[in-house]
Amino acid sequence: MSKLVLDPNIVHADEVYQTLVDAYEGLDAGEREAFSARLILILANHIGNEQVIRAAIDVARGDDV
Amino acid sequence: MKRMGTITVWRDIGASPDRNGSTERRSVVIVGAGPVGLTLALALGRRGHDVLVLEKRTFIAAASKAICFSKRSLDIWDTLGVADTMVERGVIWNVGKVFWGARPTPIYQFDTAPIKDQRMPGFINLQQYHCEEILLHGLAALPNVELRWGHELTGVQRSEDQVSAEVATPGGQYHIEAEWLIACDGAKSPARELLGLPFDGRVFEDNFLIADVKFKEERPSERWFWFDPAFNPGQSALLHKQPDDVWRLDFQLGPGIDKQACVRPEAVEPLVRGLLGPDVEFQEEWYSVYNFQCRRMERFIHGRVIFAGDSAHLVSPFGARGCNGGVADADNLAWKLDLLLRGKASVALLETYNTEAIAIADENILNSTRSTDFITPKSQASRVLRDAVLQLAEQHAFARPFVNSGRLSTAVAFANSPLSTPDEDEWNGVPPGGAATDAPLGGGWLLQALAGQFGLLSDNFDAEIAGIKSVQLAKHTVHHGVLRKRYDLSDGAAYLFRPDQYVAARWRQPNREKVLAALHRAQARNSGGVKP
Repeated sequence: MSKLVLDPNIVHADEVYQTLVDAYEGLDAGEREAFSARLILILANHIGNEQVIRAAIDVARGDDV
Repeated sequence: MKRMGTITVWRDIGASPDRNGSTERRSVVIVGAGPVGLTLALALGRRGHDVLVLEKRTFIAAASKAICFSKRSLDIWDTLGVADTMVERGVIWNVGKVFWGARPTPIYQFDTAPIKDQRMPGFINLQQYHCEEILLHGLAALPNVELRWGHELTGVQRSEDQVSAEVATPGGQYHIEAEWLIACDGAKSPARELLGLPFDGRVFEDNFLIADVKFKEERPSERWFWFDPAFNPGQSALLHKQPDDVWRLDFQLGPGIDKQACVRPEAVEPLVRGLLGPDVEFQEEWYSVYNFQCRRMERFIHGRVIFAGDSAHLVSPFGARGCNGGVADADNLAWKLDLLLRGKASVALLETYNTEAIAIADENILNSTRSTDFITPKSQASRVLRDAVLQLAEQHAFARPFVNSGRLSTAVAFANSPLSTPDEDEWNGVPPGGAATDAPLGGGWLLQALAGQFGLLSDNFDAEIAGIKSVQLAKHTVHHGVLRKRYDLSDGAAYLFRPDQYVAARWRQPNREKVLAALHRAQARNSGGVKP
């Protein structure tokens, strides 16, 4: 896989969304920032593909892709 | 120890005689007797050239300054006959450990020499003055190399085919007409200033304290680095072993500090005791505060004046890329200038010093800047990501490659050198533009067999071309498994190496014509201007 997936790719979307929201439960601003950073690093490593990571950054930033 | 102004003297040499009002003609004048100038003098001197080294100081400075010398620098010095002395005198180390906060065990460790079976170690630590002494000892055997101490460059005039230098001595002034002037005169390069050449880059605001201290204690010969240690909260620290029971301690102090106050013994002592333990008995060797800069000249060749080392480029110290980068410059320049001086190459070859040395400098600046940004994050987001990496690295292997306490200096590969002949076959091994990796050969070593000349490595093929040293595996009875694997050598294949041990070309099916064409390309002879 060398292209960023932007079509729906998660079967139980509501479950995963709720899991993300729950993961931040009870964290203060600093902890939230640190948690996000760890999560991004873990997911980036799982993806492992520089082009996909770059493309994801562009999409997150709101750039045209 | 004796002091000259603010600088402590390691060895007083004394001023060389004045030459009032004289004019002399020389082939190569090197300005600066630091490790880069002395390496270049040795490389040109051993090739028989007339070399004059001018050094404005009359002594070797005692400050240890550069202390980490890479395998690549040792490989270069081995072709100049001085590496064994450096290794004997130095502290060999291969392991780096990274600590975080108050944790007593490292969160990450690395090996600077992951490829074993090489003659030289991954790194040695050696005070710069020892390095300079060893290079000077090597130069003493060469009658064609002259060193003048207390002789300072005060004027430079360039013309088409020569350079005129004004030199001041304690008792007067004199004049030299040289074919080439090589400015190895350091970060504040008088040659660069005299020519009014810009030196653009970036200044980093963080201050660092070097505390070289002497104490007797058994500790491993490893590089230890701390992020946010308890003894220097919010900052970093580094510990390196040097010879003679001297240790390099380096503490990040942050921006906006009183530089005079923080080198006072009462300010340094708590940091040293924090790192080494409360009861350690130590003596001051050298305390110094620095903040660093990343800069590079736009070009390193300006007519007949050539820049090498700190005069041409500056990096942060993380990764030992300053002095090692300068030694790489000297090595890259020496064989090209040698061929040019002997009429075997044109300025087209010399011009590749400009492109290749800039490639080296840019890689060093890129790596050391990234290390700096990891060690001293410049934004809140950068700090949050950095701390997330450190936290994850403790438990998870995936995060450890992100930990950047300095990417240690290795040979820089030239992906697009005009001197390289592109592959015509499928290969692993070392590509054209890559530096040779050493390997056992017969009873010795590949890099020693190449001996700083153009070399052809093969089973039993010899192109029989003057000026190429043939290294044939078939002439040795031992099995060359490591070497064959390292170079992906199939039966009948061949590698052409440049005098600086970089791969120029390689073939599965070599023949004389191919080798000759690649040799000419590696000497930039295809650009014309030189008799075949």
